[in-house]
Amino acid sequence: MPNPRSALKFRPGNGGSPDSARLRTYRLALPPVSGVFRPRLVALCAVLTAATFLLFCWGLTTGDYPIGFTEVVRALVGSGDPGTVLVVRELRLPRALVGLLAGIAFGVSGALFQTMTRNPLASPDMIGLTQGAGTAVVAGIVLGWDGGLGTQALGLLGALASALTVYLLSWRRGTTGYRIILVGIGVAWICTSATDYLVAKGGRFQAQAALGWLVGNLNGRTWDQVGPLAVALAVLLPTALLLGRLLRTLQLGDDVAIGLGTRVQPVRLAILLSGVGLIAFATASAGPVAFVALAAPQIAQRLARTAWPPTVASGLTGALVVLGGDLIARTLVPGTELPVGIVTGVLGAPVLLWLLARANRAGSGG
Amino acid sequence: MTGKRARTALLVALPAVVLATLCLLSLALGAADVPPDQVIRALFGDAPSRFVDNVVWTVRVPRTALALAAGAALGLAGALMQALTRNPLADPGVLGVSAGASFAIVLAVGVLGINSLYGYVWFAFAGALIATVAVYLLGGLGRSGMTPVKLALAGIAVTSMLWSFTQAIVLTDVDALNKFRFWSAGSLADADNGMVWRVLPFLVIGAVLALACAPALNSLALGDDVAASLGRRLGLVRLAGVSAVTLLTGASVAVIGPVVFIGLVVPHVARVLAQSAGIGPDQRWLLPLSAVLAPSLLLTADILGRLVARPTEIQAGVLVAFIGGPFFIAMVRRRNPAEV
Repeated sequence: MPNPRSALKFRPGNGGSPDSARLRTYRLALPPVSGVFRPRLVALCAVLTAATFLLFCWGLTTGDYPIGFTEVVRALVGSGDPGTVLVVRELRLPRALVGLLAGIAFGVSGALFQTMTRNPLASPDMIGLTQGAGTAVVAGIVLGWDGGLGTQALGLLGALASALTVYLLSWRRGTTGYRIILVGIGVAWICTSATDYLVAKGGRFQAQAALGWLVGNLNGRTWDQVGPLAVALAVLLPTALLLGRLLRTLQLGDDVAIGLGTRVQPVRLAILLSGVGLIAFATASAGPVAFVALAAPQIAQRLARTAWPPTVASGLTGALVVLGGDLIARTLVPGTELPVGIVTGVLGAPVLLWLLARANRAGSGG
Repeated sequence: MTGKRARTALLVALPAVVLATLCLLSLALGAADVPPDQVIRALFGDAPSRFVDNVVWTVRVPRTALALAAGAALGLAGALMQALTRNPLADPGVLGVSAGASFAIVLAVGVLGINSLYGYVWFAFAGALIATVAVYLLGGLGRSGMTPVKLALAGIAVTSMLWSFTQAIVLTDVDALNKFRFWSAGSLADADNGMVWRVLPFLVIGAVLALACAPALNSLALGDDVAASLGRRLGLVRLAGVSAVTLLTGASVAVIGPVVFIGLVVPHVARVLAQSAGIGPDQRWLLPLSAVLAPSLLLTADILGRLVARPTEIQAGVLVAFIGGPFFIAMVRRRNPAEV
């Protein structure tokens, strides 16, 4: 039996596909619970879960008004003094939950897109979804078009509209991952330019508000943002995880996947829908937090030493990056609250570079 | 054989004629229209009135020249970058060059208080250079050395880092924000002769380097191993290529802002045209073709921007995306994905 780690080689871009004979060995070698054969991946998910939980709790205790851990727990169950309960339950908990959920959504969605298109550059921030959300929100801010819908709804509508546009425009007797990327880039640039134009057209304070949203931040998030996000994730995450398995065959190229009995177009549409839904809700709640959907899957892939971005680990990495970034953003300069997107942009970069530098030739580096 | 020759001749003549026509239109159209015959007379020093002479020589000629120079530079840089990284998604925007220039400009305006265009042009150029060198060095880290994907990922990492720094400054400094938001939309409106002359030397050196790389890029397309066995010195080719990209993008981004769509879309168009003329993916054709097609796109956008919103105008960078985007999408749809 060939080593499963090297049986599948993840080749981004237009690289070649592994031969199907080795693939079959790989598929048959794995029972439904792949963890049996991937102790490293299981261990990684455990570590990431623990780290995410710790960061989540740490975030609840930290702020202008430090609260001890036991106080936080008491505030969560509703006892303790009213001030602490207010800070924890109404200010910090929704913020931390938006960070957690949006981070998971960014990571999982990035993993789906990157695996489906076999290109690490094909993150949702490259193919027009976050840009569509950005244009809608900035139009709302600058032109006053929100019609009482609010930023979150506009962001959601913008992301879904651009996703639909990309999908319809890339449909021509079916779609291919590659065509989706290229059409997505076209749509992304149109949206970015429209946003740039709106920002240049608006007043200086509108422009500042627009840019503040475009960076992505968790400041002032309330339960209004948590609710829709949580419901969306409850539906979309299980779907995404199930689809993640089907992605393995798509990765080999359409012809091989069809040969192996995968119904390529329905699977691709389902993946797109769940990936788009995740990214749309996450962006609508937290703004287009820089780099997470792109970097989290790449980081998770290198930590797990798998040949593709592992779905669950990517989601956890995304949550870790967003929560950690927000914690740093809140505490870096006392008295100010930097947007989390600035921190994820600055910190995500060296991590990715470090992993790049460590990459070896066994397919994990690309 | 003659059929192929005729198509090749058409491939050379058609873009040239289109570009020349656009130049004339760019000189004629704007807030005040000047009839084409008067434009031509003004160009030869025989302007019918002082006003026409003034409009043509001090407003329209620098603007058109800047569009030609910066557009050609962006097209060349994009084609070069896609060939170097063997990734059709690569463009100077992805590899950190534009982000470097943007950050340096914001730094100059926001932190150092430099407000004159000539002051921050040099910052933009330095920023682009530093960012490109950083991406190049970082992309070569690790045991397997530089690979196309590592280079692109390093570019994205550096881009996102610089973009975050830029946002951090812009969000806390309303003056810097005001400069930045007009500059980043990509406008040719402030062009004057000094700007063109200042960036021209860099663009010429960059273009010469780029064209010198073309034969080596053809071997590089066959893969590193094949190129090396054909006697190409890969490190040298990449160094020359990246230097050319830096010079071309740094200088053009500094004067017209980060209009990155051109670098992405034009090489794709050039490949389609070259293929329909029966030439195929030969960089010795694709690079010059990109250098002619790119200013055509930029000029079209600039001219439309002047006409659509008269008496004000819409930034060329915005319209480049609105023209190039649908065109790009249509092209992607029409072609077999393997060819695009």
